[in-house]
Amino acid sequence: MAPIPGRPAASPRPGCRSRGVPGRELVAPTVVAILGALAYLAFPDDLAFFTRIIVAALFVMSLDLVVGYCGVATLGHAVLYGAGAYAAGILCVNGLTDPLLLIAAGSVAGVVAGLVTALVILRAHGLPQLVLSIAVVQLAYEAANKARDITGGSDGLSGISPGPVFGLFEFDLWGRTAYVLALVLLIATLVVLRRVVRSPFGLLCRGIKQDPDRIRAIGGTIYGNLVKMYALSGAVAGLAGGLTAVTTGVVGLDSVSFEWSAEALVMLVLGGAGTLYGALVGAVVFTGFEHYVAAVDPYHWLFVVGALLIGVVLALPAGLGSLAAWLRRLLPQGAP
Amino acid sequence: MNILLSIAFDALAYGMVLFIICIGLSVMMGLMRVINLAHGAFAMIGGYIASYVAGPMGWGYVPALVCGVIGAALIALPLERLLYRRVYGASDPLVQVLMTIGLTFCIIGATNFLFGSAMRAIPLPALISGPVDLGVRTVPAHRLFVIACGVVIASGLWYLIERTSFGIRLRATVDNTGMAGALGVRTDWIYTATFALAVGLAAFGGAVGAEIMPLDPYYALRYMVTFLVVVSVGGAGSIGGALVAALLLGFVDTTGRYLAPNYGEFFFYLAVIAIVFVFPHGLLRRGA
Repeated sequence: MAPIPGRPAASPRPGCRSRGVPGRELVAPTVVAILGALAYLAFPDDLAFFTRIIVAALFVMSLDLVVGYCGVATLGHAVLYGAGAYAAGILCVNGLTDPLLLIAAGSVAGVVAGLVTALVILRAHGLPQLVLSIAVVQLAYEAANKARDITGGSDGLSGISPGPVFGLFEFDLWGRTAYVLALVLLIATLVVLRRVVRSPFGLLCRGIKQDPDRIRAIGGTIYGNLVKMYALSGAVAGLAGGLTAVTTGVVGLDSVSFEWSAEALVMLVLGGAGTLYGALVGAVVFTGFEHYVAAVDPYHWLFVVGALLIGVVLALPAGLGSLAAWLRRLLPQGAP
Repeated sequence: MNILLSIAFDALAYGMVLFIICIGLSVMMGLMRVINLAHGAFAMIGGYIASYVAGPMGWGYVPALVCGVIGAALIALPLERLLYRRVYGASDPLVQVLMTIGLTFCIIGATNFLFGSAMRAIPLPALISGPVDLGVRTVPAHRLFVIACGVVIASGLWYLIERTSFGIRLRATVDNTGMAGALGVRTDWIYTATFALAVGLAAFGGAVGAEIMPLDPYYALRYMVTFLVVVSVGGAGSIGGALVAALLLGFVDTTGRYLAPNYGEFFFYLAVIAIVFVFPHGLLRRGA
């Protein structure tokens, strides 16, 4: 079988490499923390925008768990995110105001939505799977639109005003609390997910993506493990949804839309699937570009994204995130 | 009774437009195994060219349809050579999905740049613009025209694929490209011809169906999912399957809109999930 594009045939095995160097695990979270702190100091007026990027990054990372690590084709991941956002929003409107509890509730709702979605879309493969995922997200969209009494329908759910974090830090007008909260959650999630994808369970999921028949032959179960990974992905997506409800105070219908699912997939592939960092890079590049180009003209923005996508798929199949690895490989060769 | 008749008639017309556009996609996906999300964009290009030829240029309806079909095929063929060829048979469907979504975005941006974001109409000739009395009830003549087009195309394609030498080569290439090539079929040429045929049909559908599915730059995105769903439900590569799926889903969608308008497309997607569960390989699977 030909090597899968987007995944170099001789990829280094992440599980083995990390065991030799103990501190290596913490490099990426540290880099994210430093960049996050720099952004906080350099652009104190743009913190709301940065929070949006972090939410997108969390969501794309959760998508990476199922697309990049399990090979499940889905264009309906926003169901998980929207479940988290609506759960947190509805609970808050009904009187629960602790922001961390709200985010946790969003995460739980994401798990439930993930399990239900997994039951439907893991039944098929390839094109039917893609179509099922689209159908699921459209159903959820229509249901959220119809349940106007609870969700606010197309007007969106507003009036979400959570209390202070730990009872100490109020959500301020400049979005400082929101940004720090989001950054801490992002780093914690990154640490946990890196561990999960390098665990035997994570490697088994990779194996399922590459060759399900062989995994079955060596005694692994396919369906059960995929459902587990889907639930985990739902926890992260629900966390992102809950975070957005808490930090922005509104939940719109677009959080369960096909468009949001498709955008996340675009970000993931732009950055590179199956690495978790790629998800971060893709979310930053896409959301950043969108912020500046779409402000000029939304159609220009579409054209730019389209051209970028075609270019990445054809020229850089492992995504923008692979540029760094590529440069690193060039350097020692250039040095004498 | 009256409302049932109008639902049935509208559903039939809508289903036929879906069929005309989707059959090209279905053949392409059966043959080249490429998930082409830009198919709706090609339909839109056909519609826009037709609207330009029939409107500002004033050449009339039939030349507009012909120009739309030829123009869209001319635009699509270089894209096939430059872009699509690289992702044929990619083992990861995401590569194809992403590249064709990118292409769709580019086409939407370009269309808006050239024609603006307003909705476009294709002026109909007098012959098919009025109502027609069928005895039971009067119906718009344009709908009859669309249904007739669908029937002609379905039978024409059936003849082309089942009875001509091109059809034999096409089916041989679908079943086993390597073996067909070894036996002297120019599979390269078959790919190009099929791509042109698929795009031409999409463009024709986009132009003919512009009354039912209105043309604006977001056309490509709005109907992208619908087309994909029809092909998947029908089973890629099957003419009969595409016809049944287009008519069935057209019927479900139209009925849903008439009887429960505020549920949107809820019933449409519910039906899709049910059908994919029962027939995971499509309603009529080719060669099964």
